[in-house]
Amino acid sequence: MKAMGNSFRAWLYREGNAYAFLAPYAILFIVFIVVPVIAAVLLSFTYFDTIQFPKFIGLRNYITLLTQDDIFMKYVLPNTVEFAVIVGPGGYMLAFLLAWMLAQLPRLPRTILALILYSPSMTSSVTMAVVWQTLFSGDQNGYLNSYLLSMGLIQEPIQWLQSPQYLMPIMIVVTLWSSMGVGFLAMLAGILDINPELYEAAAIDGMSSRWQEIFYITIPSMKPQMLFGAVMAIVGTFQAGAIGVALSGSNPTPQYAGQLIVNHIEDYGFLRYEMGYAAAISVVLLLMVLFFTRLANRLFRTEEER
Amino acid sequence: MRRRRFRLYGLRSGGINPSGFHPSQIPFYLILAPLVAFMLLPIIFIFSTAFKPLEELFAYPPRFFVVNPTLKNFRDLLSLMSTSDVPVTRYLFNSIVVTLASMVASLFISSAAAYALSKKRFRLKQTLFVVNTIALMFVPIAVTIPRFLIIAKVGLIDSFLIHILPGLAMPVGVFLLKQFMDTVPNEMIEAAQMDGASDLQIYWRIILPMVRPALATIAILTFQATWNNADTSALYINIESLKTFAFYLSTLSATTAGANPVAGQGMAAAAALIMFLPNLLIFIFLQSQVMSTMSHSGLHG
Repeated sequence: MKAMGNSFRAWLYREGNAYAFLAPYAILFIVFIVVPVIAAVLLSFTYFDTIQFPKFIGLRNYITLLTQDDIFMKYVLPNTVEFAVIVGPGGYMLAFLLAWMLAQLPRLPRTILALILYSPSMTSSVTMAVVWQTLFSGDQNGYLNSYLLSMGLIQEPIQWLQSPQYLMPIMIVVTLWSSMGVGFLAMLAGILDINPELYEAAAIDGMSSRWQEIFYITIPSMKPQMLFGAVMAIVGTFQAGAIGVALSGSNPTPQYAGQLIVNHIEDYGFLRYEMGYAAAISVVLLLMVLFFTRLANRLFRTEEER
Repeated sequence: MRRRRFRLYGLRSGGINPSGFHPSQIPFYLILAPLVAFMLLPIIFIFSTAFKPLEELFAYPPRFFVVNPTLKNFRDLLSLMSTSDVPVTRYLFNSIVVTLASMVASLFISSAAAYALSKKRFRLKQTLFVVNTIALMFVPIAVTIPRFLIIAKVGLIDSFLIHILPGLAMPVGVFLLKQFMDTVPNEMIEAAQMDGASDLQIYWRIILPMVRPALATIAILTFQATWNNADTSALYINIESLKTFAFYLSTLSATTAGANPVAGQGMAAAAALIMFLPNLLIFIFLQSQVMSTMSHSGLHG
């Protein structure tokens, strides 16, 4: 007993301070991140209607999700894939290209342009909804409608945000518009930090095109920033899922045209109170994020870490 | 070819991070200009609509730019009572308190954790940093429901603290701070230890002053996350007088639209501008610090 007490005291002396510094963050991290994730996994194996105690039902939620949930298979999954593939890699490449072009400009214009490109990502989703709802408003007073009417391109106003065929493209444009965030800034900083001698050496060795420069010098020299940007892009893409509901003003979105996996979770969790089933969808979403991040990891691992 | 020669002679007027204008930059300006204009359009729209008088909001066809700017929308907004008799200024006050408290708390909590992960020696150090790095890909919106159940269980529903606490668990903040702290030379810390400085003194007098850019970045990220957050009020707060301005803005577009869509539009635009402007100002003010932090943002797979 005494020996144990001594070794505990020795440990406290050696490592106690470190844990003291970590403690406040660690507690919040556990309560608001770790426990919810574990709870989601556990609940996903149960039937839970928030009134009765969760009942264990094994994999039934997952089986239902994959075999019987027509809305999930017919709308939610294809929508999520379409949205994620365009907004994720598309937004990421756009962020890199914009950052790269900005890096070719002198400091002052670069800072101003970067600020403008970054500013949409600062607008909150509620602000965004207000602005875009007005621009895409369905009556003839809507800006886009009024413009197209006066140009004679359309004969009568279009219900942009209520029509299934327009909602998804608008969601994609709006999300891309607001996606030049932290990842974009990280990549810009990464490009600016590359040692200019690398380019000079390459020029002496006969490298003559800017595309060669990008693929053989720029990207390999800033892999860590590219990976950080990729993770931010993936998280941002899935986190942006609420945009369809915010724009159309209803969940489910008109004819499920803008229904993404996040909306499906809320639909089942907060509207139908099927918490176990909603948790299973959450787990699927987390697994999707994990999968894409691992993919990005493979692309941008630095040589010495392989 | 000419550009290369300039570079070889060390006259950096072309290529990455040039010192001045060079004709080779013109194509980049030409490509960037329309994109930047598109990005800017909704922002200009917020400014323009917020100052429009009633007849311009009604005007058909609608005009993009304001002709006779007025502050009427702001006066209407600030003197307005919500449907449950809570003055708009109350929501604004809540938002300001919540945001400031979050920023201060987040700076201390994140930097303390980052200090341990960067400079202290303990057995779980590597593991815990890896856990935090994995948490970078955490998507809070995915676990809304279990989070809700836990917050209800802990008894934080309708508590002012719920606006602040969840946002303090910010893996990206700890990550950026830790990466930045790694650049502080260990010799400085060892020298201070020789002089008998305690951990708290090292953290306070050496580490914090040296990582100011990273602290500024965390302040901005926390500001944006808290100030713009409408979900917390919607999900966890039932008492109207404890809700925030972001939440009020989300109801403004929905509720007043039915009664008087156009007047509501003006006030919503004014509210949107009040939401957006602090974000912009704080970023302009701290942007150079943010860029120097982002240089250390690299993630090793």
